[in-house]
Amino acid sequence: MGLLSTLIWLPVLGGLLILALGDRAGAARPDRWLALAISLATFGLSLLLYTEFNFATAQMQFVERMPWISAFNIEYYLGVDGISTPLILLSTFLTPMIIIAGWEVIKKRPAQYFAAFLILEGLMIGVFAALDAMLFYVFWEAMLIPMFLIIGIWGGERRVYATLKFFLYTFLGSVLMLVALVYLYMQSGSFSILDLHQLRIGSTEQIYIFIAFLIAFAVKVPMWPVHTWLPDAHVEAPTGGSVVLAAVLLKMGGYGFIRFSMPIAPDASASLAGFMIALSLIAVVYIGFVALVQQDMKKLIAYSSIAHMGFVTLGFFIVWAILSNPVNSDALAGVSMGITGSMVQMISHGLISGAMFLCVGVLYDRMHSRQIADYGGVINAMPKFGALFVFFAMANAGLPGTSGFVGEFLVILASYQANFWYAFLAATTLILGAAYTLWMIKRVVFGDIANDNVKALHDMNRRESLLLVILAVSVLALGLYPAPLVEMMQPSIDNFISHVIQSKL
Amino acid sequence: MGFVIPEFGPAMAEIALATGICVVLLADLFISDKHRGFTLLLALITLVLTGVAVTGGAGGSILTFSGSYIADPLSQVLKLFTLLIVAVVFVYSHSYLRDRGLLKGEYYLLGLFATLGMFVMISAHSLITMYLGLELMSLALYAMVAFDRESPVAAEAAMKYFILGAIASGVALYGMSIIYGLTGSLQLNEIAAVLRGPDAGTPAVMLGTAFVLIGVAFKFGAVPFHNWVPDVYQGAATSTTLFIGTAPKLAAFAMMFRLLETGLGAEDFAWEPMLVVLAVLSLAVGNVVAIAQTNIKRMLAYSTIGHVGFILLGFSTGTVEGYQAALFYTIVYSIMAAGAFGIVILMSQRGFEAEELSDFKGLNQRSPWFAGMMLLVMVSMIGIPPFVGFFAKLNVLAALVDINRTLLAVLAVLFSVIGAFYYLRVIRLMYFDEAEDTSPLQAGFDVRVLVSMNGLAVLLLGLFANPLLAICAAAIG
Repeated sequence: MGLLSTLIWLPVLGGLLILALGDRAGAARPDRWLALAISLATFGLSLLLYTEFNFATAQMQFVERMPWISAFNIEYYLGVDGISTPLILLSTFLTPMIIIAGWEVIKKRPAQYFAAFLILEGLMIGVFAALDAMLFYVFWEAMLIPMFLIIGIWGGERRVYATLKFFLYTFLGSVLMLVALVYLYMQSGSFSILDLHQLRIGSTEQIYIFIAFLIAFAVKVPMWPVHTWLPDAHVEAPTGGSVVLAAVLLKMGGYGFIRFSMPIAPDASASLAGFMIALSLIAVVYIGFVALVQQDMKKLIAYSSIAHMGFVTLGFFIVWAILSNPVNSDALAGVSMGITGSMVQMISHGLISGAMFLCVGVLYDRMHSRQIADYGGVINAMPKFGALFVFFAMANAGLPGTSGFVGEFLVILASYQANFWYAFLAATTLILGAAYTLWMIKRVVFGDIANDNVKALHDMNRRESLLLVILAVSVLALGLYPAPLVEMMQPSIDNFISHVIQSKL
Repeated sequence: MGFVIPEFGPAMAEIALATGICVVLLADLFISDKHRGFTLLLALITLVLTGVAVTGGAGGSILTFSGSYIADPLSQVLKLFTLLIVAVVFVYSHSYLRDRGLLKGEYYLLGLFATLGMFVMISAHSLITMYLGLELMSLALYAMVAFDRESPVAAEAAMKYFILGAIASGVALYGMSIIYGLTGSLQLNEIAAVLRGPDAGTPAVMLGTAFVLIGVAFKFGAVPFHNWVPDVYQGAATSTTLFIGTAPKLAAFAMMFRLLETGLGAEDFAWEPMLVVLAVLSLAVGNVVAIAQTNIKRMLAYSTIGHVGFILLGFSTGTVEGYQAALFYTIVYSIMAAGAFGIVILMSQRGFEAEELSDFKGLNQRSPWFAGMMLLVMVSMIGIPPFVGFFAKLNVLAALVDINRTLLAVLAVLFSVIGAFYYLRVIRLMYFDEAEDTSPLQAGFDVRVLVSMNGLAVLLLGLFANPLLAICAAAIG
C-alpha cells in the first residue's frame, strides 16, 4: 500500500476501530489515547510527503493507480503535486490538535466524537489526493456524513437547523457537479482529472460546466451570496468542528477551483472572470462590514473567514483580468503572484482561523457563552491566553510577520496589475479586518474586568497552552519564512498557469 | 398441427417452486403453532432448491411452451435476487409474526405463491402468461395484506389494494387486448415484429401501450397510480410491507422490460415520453410528500415512489445502458428497502410497533450498532457515495447524459436533494435526539445478524460495485 493510501485509510480504519471499542468508562479512556496515537501517526507519516517530495517537478508524485469500477472506467487513482500536498499536511497537522482540544471537553459519547474526526481526516486527505474525478467526488460527498453528525450531535442549541442547512447546501452544490462530471466522462471516456484537463470542450459547454462546478465550490468556499450556511454551522458546531470546517473544509472549495473549474473550463473562466472577481470583492468588502457588527465571537470569525476566502478566489480569477489588460510586460509574474498568494492564503487561513476558533473554544469551555458582551478584561484573569489571542487576532488582521500578511499582500499586488480599483477594494480588508478583529479583542480581552464570571476565570491549562503555542509558532514561521511552502508550490503553479492560459476552443 | 409436448426443462425453477409449495402446504397441516419454525425451514429449503434449479438452467435464451415462456440471463438474475430477497424477508418476519400471534403457515405459503407469480411474470413471453403471473402474485399479496384478520386497518388496506389492483389489472388487460387485436398475436416477439411494420406509432398502438403502461406503473407505484402505496404500506403488518416493498419491484421491472422492450420495441418510442412523465411526477411527489410524513412506513412508501422515478428515468432512455441502470437500481433498491424495513421490524417489540418516526429517537443511545446500520441504509438512499445507492443513481444519470438528456439528469438530482431532507430527519432522530425509551432492543439473534449483513451489504456493494454491475450488464446484453 502506498503512502497516500496509508494516509487515507489509517485514520478511517482507526476511527472504525474506536467506534467498535465504544465508550469505555473509567479514567483510562483508551479511546482518546488511541485517537491521538492514530492522528499523530498519520501526521508523522504525512511528513514523508514533505521530505520525499520532489521540488523540481510539476508531475504528480506518490502516484497509485488501479482500476476500481470498470463499468465507468473509475479508477482508484491517487497522486499529489505542490498544490495538494500543503493542504494534506494542513489536514494531518490540525487533526491531532482537534483531538487534543476535545480531550476533556467532550463528555457525550467521546468515542464517537474522536472516531468521527479520524474518519473525516481520512476522507479529507482523500479529497486532496484523488486524481480520479469520481473518486474525488466519493470522498467529497462521504465527508458530509461525519461532519453532519459532528455538528448535529455535539453542537449547540440550534444544531439541528445548522447541520441540516450545512448538509443540504453542500449536497445541492455537489449534485450539479456530479452531473457535470458525468457529462465530462461521456465526452472523454475517462474520469482521470489529468485527462479532463486535456479535453477540448466548446465554449457553451464550458460555461455550463463552469457554472455546475461553481455552484459546488462556491457553496464550499463559501462565496457571497451562498455563504449563509457557514455562520450558522460555525456557531453551532463544537470547537473541533469549527476548526476543521474553517481550516480544511473551506479550502476544498478553493482547491476545487484550481483543480477542476479553471483547468477544465479555462475559456469559461476567462469570460466569467469579471463576475467571479466581483463576487470575491463583495465577499471581501461587504462581508467585512457584516463581521464588524457581530455580537457573537464565533459568528464574527465565521464572517471573517468568508472575507478571507474572498481573497483566495480573487487571487485565482485575477489571472484573466491581468492577462486581458496587461499593464506591463511582466504580466505572467503577476499571474503567478496571484495564484501563489491565494494558495498561501489558504494554508495561512487554515492555521489562523483554526487557532481563533480554538481560542473561542477555550473561553467557551469556561463561560459557556460566545457573546462578546459577556466578556471584558479577560487578560486580567488569563494573561497567557490573552497574549496568544491577541497574537492570533493580529495575524487574522494581516499583520506583517505573520502568515496572514503574506497571502493577502501577494494577492493585492497581483490585483494592482489588473486594475487599481480591484487592488484598492481588496486592500480595504487590511482596514476592515483590523477593525472587526481588534475591536472584538478590545471588548473581550482588554478593558476592566466586566463581571464576576470573568474574574473567576483561570488561565489556560497545559493542554490548551500546548495547542495554541504550536499554532502560534507555525503562524509566525510561515509569515517570516514562507519559502519552503512557496518552493513546493512553484513548479505546479507554473505548470497550472501555462495550462490555463491556452484556450481549449 | 398435432399437440407437441413442450420442453419442461427451462421451466424447472417454477416446477421446483410449485412442488415445494405443495410439500409445505401438506407438511404445515401437521405442524402445531409451536413448531412453525419448521415451516419456515421448509420454505427456505424450497427457495434454496428453486435457486439451484434457476442456476442449473442452460445459458442463452430459450423459448418454450409455444413461445409463451422464456428462460434467459435476465430471468435468471431477477429470479435469483427475488429468491434471495424473499428468503431474507421470511427470516425477518418470523419473530415479528410470532410475537403477534400471527405465525401461521399460510404466511409462508402466500409468500411462496406470490414468488411463483413473480417467477411467471419474469419469464413471461406472451401477454397471457404475463397476466397469469401478475394475477397469481397480486392475489397472494392481497391476502397477505389482509393476513391480520383482527386489524381493521389491515382490512382497509387490503380492500384498497384489491380494488385498485383489480382496476389496474383490468386496464392492463384491456391494453393487451388492443395490442392483440392489432397484431393478431399474444407472443411478445411476434407482436414486436408486426409493430415494427407500417403500423408503428398509430394512435391505436399508442392507446394499447398507454393502457399496458398503466398496469406497469401501478405495480411499481409510479405517480399518478401510486395512491395505494402509502395506505397499503402503513396498513399492512410490517412483515407484509417488507414483502410488498421489495421483491415485487423486481417482477414489475421484468413486466416493464418484457412488455415495453421485447413486445413493443424500442424503435418506436411511443412509450418513452409517457415514462418520462411518470418518472418526473414520481420523483416530485415521492420526494416532496415524504417530507410531511410522521409514520416511518408511510415515509418509506413515498421514498419508494421517489426511487421508482429514478428507475423509470433509466428505463425511459430506451438504451441498453438505461435498461441496465434501471435493473441495477431495482435490485439495489430492494436490498436497501429490505434493510430499512428490517430495522423497523427489529425495533418493533412484543406489543409495540415502531411505526412512528419518533420511535427512532435516540436509537444511537440504545444501540449504536443498529443506529449505524440504519445510517448506512439512509445515506445510501440519499445517494451519498461510496454506498451502493449512489452507484445506482450514477448509472441512471450516465444513461441520461449519454443520450443528451442532461436537463432531466439535473432535475433528477435536484429532487434527490429534496429527498435528502427526510432521510436526514431519520438520522437526526437517531443521533441528535434523546431517547424516550432507553430499554435495549429485544430482537432475536437471527434478525440482528441479518439486519447487520443487510446494512453492511449496502456499504460493500458500493465499495465493490463491479460484480453487481457486471451481473446487470450480462443480464441485458
